[in-house]
Amino acid sequence: MAMEKVYTRTTGIVKDMVSGFCPGCMHGTVHKLIGEVADEMGRANDLIRAEGIGCCGLGQKYVTHDSAICLHGRACAAATGIKRNEPDSLVYTYQGDGDLASIGLGETMLAANRGENFTVIFINNGIYGMTGGQMAPTTLLGMKSTTTPNGRIAEEHGYPIHMSEIINQLTAPYYIERTTCADPAGVRKTKSAIRKAFEYQAAGKGFTFVEIVTSCPTNWGLDPISALDFIKEKMLPEYPLGVLRDKGKEE
Amino acid sequence: MAKGKVEIRIESCKSCGYCVKFCPKGVLAIGENVNQKGYQYVVAENPDDCIGCAQCGQVCPDAAIEVYREA
Ligand code: SF4
Ligand code: SF4
Repeated sequence: MAMEKVYTRTTGIVKDMVSGFCPGCMHGTVHKLIGEVADEMGRANDLIRAEGIGCCGLGQKYVTHDSAICLHGRACAAATGIKRNEPDSLVYTYQGDGDLASIGLGETMLAANRGENFTVIFINNGIYGMTGGQMAPTTLLGMKSTTTPNGRIAEEHGYPIHMSEIINQLTAPYYIERTTCADPAGVRKTKSAIRKAFEYQAAGKGFTFVEIVTSCPTNWGLDPISALDFIKEKMLPEYPLGVLRDKGKEE
Repeated sequence: MAKGKVEIRIESCKSCGYCVKFCPKGVLAIGENVNQKGYQYVVAENPDDCIGCAQCGQVCPDAAIEVYREA
């Protein structure tokens, strides 16, 4: 009986390397998906990554393409320069919620507002991972973190911030979608969202934004499987999935 | 005869259990042995039931599983 290989480890991550991410961490999943999309587009050698500060730094040597570690929060500014100088490359920022929605909020919004022709991969797990589980702008109300030991309180800490919806208020962005990696269907959807964003970028359409709701089992204090339930029961009601904007469909 | 087959990269597995949870055929299980990093890696406990759907590979954050299917 002849067997055909139907699922292959992407060339976008180093062949024999084990990532530094925690067990169940979906940074690994998303790194893999970016590589798979580039493989399928035949563009694996054209990727350039502008990465934020945070756990994503563990991915820097894990990916096989060029990568710039940007000042905290400034990945969208760096990606602007990279893409304008390397217009034929596929440029993406890879940023967590602390990086993109707090420290780098200005850079994120302004790059989106200019309609810069690159893709933002925004990992929303509701917490600062690398620095030790502090509250992020995306932390849910009532959610405990090291800086909100009694849970986030709106009166003291404000509300969870919805980046996709905020960016959807701007005129320039071309494509905005929120997905999750909490189950196989979600992983496949995330992959097709990244594919769409990269295709639009390759066609010169402008700013594309993919927000991916993921878990941080380590800082949530949950095992990876329980963290999947937390995503579904707690995160997704606050961060509903779907395409917020697709100008390609309007044209 | 199995319609599919998985190849597990033992050293990449971190024992998160996603593949076990999402395999529709109950093929996979967390094994008893540990890899060099100390994780109890996944094994194909019921390999004959594998249909090669690749769901396990897709959800594995650590790209530890490659999948084959009857052509
Ligand atoms: S390919 Fe499908 S049936 Fe086979 S082990 Fe993976 S998830 Fe299970
Ligand atoms: S999904 Fe991957 S890392 Fe997690 S238990 Fe299965 S093989 Fe191991």
